[in-house]
Amino acid sequence: MPQVMNRPEPEMIAAILAGDIQLYHELIRPYERSVYVMALSYMKNETDAEDVAQEAIVRAFRKLSSFRAESKFSTWLISITLNEARTRLRRQVLVRMESLDQLPDEGNGLSPALLRDWHEIPSEAIERDEVRKLIQQAVDRLPDIYREVFLLRDVEELSINEAAEALKISIPSVKVRLHRAHLILQKQLAPQLRTVNRTPKRRLLPWL
Amino acid sequence: MVIDCKHVWNYISDFIDGALPEEIRVTVQKHLDHCEICSAILDSTRNIIILTADDRVFELPVGFSERLHKRIDLELMRFAP
Ligand SMILES: [Zn+2]
Repeated sequence: MPQVMNRPEPEMIAAILAGDIQLYHELIRPYERSVYVMALSYMKNETDAEDVAQEAIVRAFRKLSSFRAESKFSTWLISITLNEARTRLRRQVLVRMESLDQLPDEGNGLSPALLRDWHEIPSEAIERDEVRKLIQQAVDRLPDIYREVFLLRDVEELSINEAAEALKISIPSVKVRLHRAHLILQKQLAPQLRTVNRTPKRRLLPWL
Repeated sequence: MVIDCKHVWNYISDFIDGALPEEIRVTVQKHLDHCEICSAILDSTRNIIILTADDRVFELPVGFSERLHKRIDLELMRFAP
């Protein structure tokens, strides 16, 4: 997650609460993307995700005086976003919610895809719509409890502690869920990406 | 300490994260040095994490930021007209 470079966050928050409300624009700017990605992971469509992102950011402004400095603003904002998305989904009764207390097993019984000829996937692959869609779909298909941990930790780069705090789960749960998400994604994506990658413009190691 | 492939798979996330205790890390590394399957799985898992973290995978919709800040302005006006 990006850090605010110009002004320390606690200072900005104090100033906003003291009446300099226009500063809120500046405060949330670094987190727009994270809030949207987390909203999208629940809502599964851009319009609803944008709605939830806006609603969560406005709600955070209204609740700003209840923000406690012992947590990071970003973590607090993400948990408001997740709450907003979950509430809306529940209201819409679109998706069956999984119990948040449910602790998954350790990933036993889930074996990775066996690949003997895995080659480096160049980052240019992302420029192809096909590859982006494959990745988005795979992440979308992860069960909620794995997807949210994976997005917070690997995509939005929160620390394990911050992810645990944002989701209100234990640190071991974060680790277990993250690992399970990795195995599921690897198993699903590795064979697909290998096929996608089989018609490269050039081999990375032409002598092999 | 001898471990088999299934043990290594259970350690893969922590291995990538650099979060394994030294003794286990060394054992896993030794296994990876001679096991083609596990090193392929390690590489593909690592690659998938790197690919997924690319900003281009989950892009903001065009105009997202502008619309968001307009919405914030509406809220701020309500708060302090
Ligand atoms: Zn092995």
